Formats: sequence, structure tokens, C-alpha cells
Amino acid sequence: MTEVLDVFADGAVVTKRNLIKIIRVPEVLVWVLISPIMFVLLFGYVFGSAIDAGGVSYREFLMGGIFVQTVVFGATFTGAGMAEDMQKGIIDRFRSLPMSRSAVLFGRTASDIVYNVLSIVIMAGTGLLIGWRVRTSILEALAGFALLLLFSYAFSWVMGYIGLLVPSPEVVNNASFMVIMPLTFVANTFVPLESLPGVLRTFAEWNPVSAVAQAVRELFGNLPADYVAPDVWSLQNPVLYTLIWVAIILAIFVPLAVRQYKRAASR
Amino acid sequence: MTDMIRANGLVKHYGEVKALDGLDLAVPEGTVLGLLGPNGAGKTTAVRILATLLEPDAGSAEVAGIDVVADPDGVRKQIGLSGQYAAVDEHLTGFENLDMIGRLYRLGRKASRLRARELLERFDLSEAGDRPVKTYSGGMQRRLDLAGALVAEPVVLFLDEPTTGLDPRSRTESWKVIRELVKEGTTLLLTTQYLEEADHLADDIVVIDLGNAIARGTSDQLKTQVGGERVELVVESTSDLARTEAVLAEFAVGDIQVETHSRHVSAPVSGGADALIRTLRRLDENAIKVLDVGLRRPTLDDVFLELTGHAAEADTDGADKEREMISQ
Ligand SMILES: Nc1ncnc2c1ncn2[C@@H]1O[C@H](COP(=O)(O)OP(=O)(O)O)[C@@H](O)[C@H]1O
Ligand SMILES: [Mg+2]
Repeated sequence: MTEVLDVFADGAVVTKRNLIKIIRVPEVLVWVLISPIMFVLLFGYVFGSAIDAGGVSYREFLMGGIFVQTVVFGATFTGAGMAEDMQKGIIDRFRSLPMSRSAVLFGRTASDIVYNVLSIVIMAGTGLLIGWRVRTSILEALAGFALLLLFSYAFSWVMGYIGLLVPSPEVVNNASFMVIMPLTFVANTFVPLESLPGVLRTFAEWNPVSAVAQAVRELFGNLPADYVAPDVWSLQNPVLYTLIWVAIILAIFVPLAVRQYKRAASR
Repeated sequence: MTDMIRANGLVKHYGEVKALDGLDLAVPEGTVLGLLGPNGAGKTTAVRILATLLEPDAGSAEVAGIDVVADPDGVRKQIGLSGQYAAVDEHLTGFENLDMIGRLYRLGRKASRLRARELLERFDLSEAGDRPVKTYSGGMQRRLDLAGALVAEPVVLFLDEPTTGLDPRSRTESWKVIRELVKEGTTLLLTTQYLEEADHLADDIVVIDLGNAIARGTSDQLKTQVGGERVELVVESTSDLARTEAVLAEFAVGDIQVETHSRHVSAPVSGGADALIRTLRRLDENAIKVLDVGLRRPTLDDVFLELTGHAAEADTDGADKEREMISQ
């Protein structure tokens, strides 16, 4: 029990340290604030008029996809942050202290929730300006945002693990780009699934990113009235399917990342 | 006196590289051990094992009587570590860095803040304390890192090359701070590539090369091992050289060296300053004019050269360059 309290206490100290960075490092703030606006405007206006999403305004359809892609990219922060701390030897200092062995990772993933909340707020605001609306209830909308944060949190642990493995933050950014681009594009994020060919379509149907996008579109009421979800279990039960993925990712990557932290050898 | 640090047969291999190859160490309470060796000798690896950052492949170690592998958390409560590179967060202020460490040692909010201010004061960082660390000079960052190692008043302190990369003035300042710490009874293991530094700070020195101790003892013992002291002098006129050699022969305990073109004469002696004074008196009696004179004790660099057959490579001491020039 005291161990759990220690994780919280130490994790809070680390979280606070990471949050100070938002204020002190302008590039971080710019990334957190500007890139969501860019995403919404670019996708909304460049693709928004070109693609037919089957009745509903494509811009409205897009928002769910943009939300997911942005929070998945947000998880990269965790990886880059861990890699930077390794590179600068700060992990060595932490590891020489009698603090909880998992607090650095819990603290880091917690501070990245804050980044993601900021991103989501900005995106939602921009979305509202270009005509996106929540057409359900406040409660369902909150459930949608919570699901986004939860999925992104789980993904943070994957990135945190990767950050501890690689030699520098740049490598995290490049590596995650190669994973995140296919994951977020071979999905229903920006185009309706029906438009994808054979294998890609099967991948997209079972891609958890599709399920998250599907779930938030349902929760925000951003699907056409006559919409019928594709006949695959993952998209028929997108919330449950997402939660299963979150549980699996956390069950694998929390212990993996903590173990890697314990043996990490910076420089 | 009990040993606060004890290592037996530490081995750590990285593939083919034997970073440590059976290192033994013992540091009695309240003393300073200087671990001296060139780049790649295994100093950092040894420190990382003792500070619980790395597990050895073989061998065992105890710090403050606690086994580093069996109870690393127990060890962490007793030690302070300042690594080879300053491990400070450049986006935080100096105060925030120290306060964070205090909180992680669970000092409590108030005690932690108090301690942070106290250490800033002590390390002459009070004025810069509320500025982000990235505005600090290299020397200030090292001092802050050292302060970080002292937050919980550890009984055993590890400093890995604490002055590497510092300008001479910052180095002298760091030496002063380190000496004060030791006076308060902290047991210190210090690694260095600077022979002069080990000489200044360490009670005992272990010279390591390729993961093994190749010599140990006090600075004086090591110097004696290499050979004693020499009287060195430069006379004004070449015509005095023969008579000077004759005078030195009265005191020399070995071969006398004479370099005609530089009018440089040197001889191994015993008896230190006394031998020097008597030599000078005899030269004066013989009306030999002396331009420069000195008693030269061998430096630890000589020790290293003698023991390994090669110089400590990353050494940047001005003295070495001078010596090279003379021998050319
Ligand atoms: N993580 C590592 N992986 C591979 N080789 C390493 C690693 N750490 C140290 N070494 C090697 O082990 C040897 C000793 O290194 P180190 O302990 O850092 O020496 P020093 O601190 O005396 O310069 C060197 O040859 C170094 O290249
Ligand atoms: Mg080193």
C-alpha cells in the first residue's frame, strides 16, 4: 500500500517537472497548440470538399479521425521525453535516488495526458468554428473525449518503452512516424472504409484506430442518420473493442517499460 | 575503521570489451579514494555498479555495509552520485532541480525547499537559483549537479570526473568544495583523469587501466615506487657545468644528467628540501651562478607512464606538454 502511495507521490513530482516545460519551452507549446489547429483546417478544407462521406458533411466525419490521429501523435511526446531524459543523464540521477521504480514513467505518461487535453480542447474549438457539432448529449461527448484520452494514454506506454530503447529523441520521432502514419491512415480516419481495397480494408477494419474513430463519431453523433456500421465485430462494438485494446496494451507495455527503465543504461 | 565502500572481484563485460575485469576496492570511512585512469579504463562502469545503476556480471560490492545487488534501494538511501555529465534539467531553475530531488528523497515540502536554498547558497548559486539552468555556465551546472548529490546528506559520495571540462578556475573552486565535504566526514570515491586532482584530493589512489587495478597506495607511495625526487637546476654559464656536476656528485644517489645546450643539470637526491638547500650552499661557495633551481618530485603522470608504458592519453596538463618539449 505504501508502495502505491509512493508511486503517486513520486509520480506527481515528476509530472510537475514535465509540465513546467510546457511553459518554458515555446516549441512544445507551439506544437501542442498550433498543430491541432493545422490538422483541423488542412484536413477540413483540403479534403473536406473533395471526398464524399455518404451524406453527412465530410468535415464533420473528419473530426473523429483528426481527434484520434492527433492524440496518437501526442503519445510520441512520452517517447521523446523519455529518450531525452536518458540522453541527458537525468534518468541516471532518478535511478540513483531511493524513489519508486515506476514513478518516472507514470509521471511522464500523466503529464502527457495534460498535453493531450490541451490539444483536444484546441481541436474541438477549431472544429466548432468550421461547423463541427456534437449532436448527442454532453455525457456522450465526455465519454468520447475520455475514450480518446484513454487510448492515447495506453499508446504513451508503448512510446515510453520505445523511448527507453533508442539513443535519442530524434530516433523516437522517426520511428514513431513510421508506425503511426500507417496506423492512422490505413483506417477509417480520413476516408470511409468502403473506399479501401482488399487487404488494406481488412487491416483497417481491425485497426484499433478505426474503432476509436468509429466510437467517437457515434458518441458525438457525427454519422449520417441512415449509417450502418460495417459488418465486423470490431466496428459493431467499437467502444468495447477499444477498451480491450487499451487493456492489452497496458498489460504488456507497463511491465515492459518499467523493466526497461530499471536496466536502462544511459550513455 | 570500517570500510564504507568495498568491492570484490567486480567484472563487467560488454561483448568483447572487458570494462571491469576483477576490480577490488576498499574505502575506509571518512577517507577519499581516487580512482585514476585514462579514458575507457572502467572508472564510470565501477561507479555505476557501486551506485546501483548497473549490475556486475560477477563479483560483489557493499556500500555502507549494504549489498548493492541484494538491496539497491537500501544503498540508494545512503549515497549521493554526481555522474560524469551534469544530470540537471535545463528547463528547470537551479532551485526547482534541487527541490525536485529533495521531494524524491521524501524530505517533505518544507525541509526540501529549505535544503535547496541552503545548497544554492553553499555552492555560490543563490543569485542564479531562480533562473533556468540552461542559462548557467558549464561550471555552474557541474556545481548544481554536485549539490544535487548532497541533498540528502549522504554518508557515501560518488563523483565521476567532477572537474572534467571545467576551466582551471572552476576546477580549483570545485576542489575547495570537495575538500570541505570530506572534512565533514563523508566517504568519497572520486574518479579522475587528472593526475594532479587525485594528488590534491585523495588519501589513497587506485590506478586502473583496462578494468584492472594496476597500482594502489598513497600519492607519496606511488611516487616513491617510480623513483625519488631530483634536484634540477640551470646555470648561467656553460663553463660552470663541469664544476656543477662535481658539486651535485656529493649529494646524488644516482646518475647525474647534464644537457650542455640548455645548461640544465639534474640529479636524483634523497632528503628533500634539505638536500636542495645544501646543494645551493655548496654551489654558492663555489661561486657558481644559478638561473633556475627546483626540487622536482615525480608527478602521478610519471607513475602512470612507468606502470603502463603509455601516458594517460586524455591528459591535458600543461606540465606534460612542457615535459614533452624538454625531452624532444
Ligand atoms: N554501455 C556500454 N556498451 C558497450 N561498451 C561500453 C559501455 N559502457 C562502457 N563501455 C566500454 O567499457 C570500457 C570502460 O568504459 P568506462 O567505464 O566508461 O571508462 P571510463 O569511465 O574510465 O572512461 C570502455 O572501453 C567503454 O567503451
Ligand atoms: Mg567515465
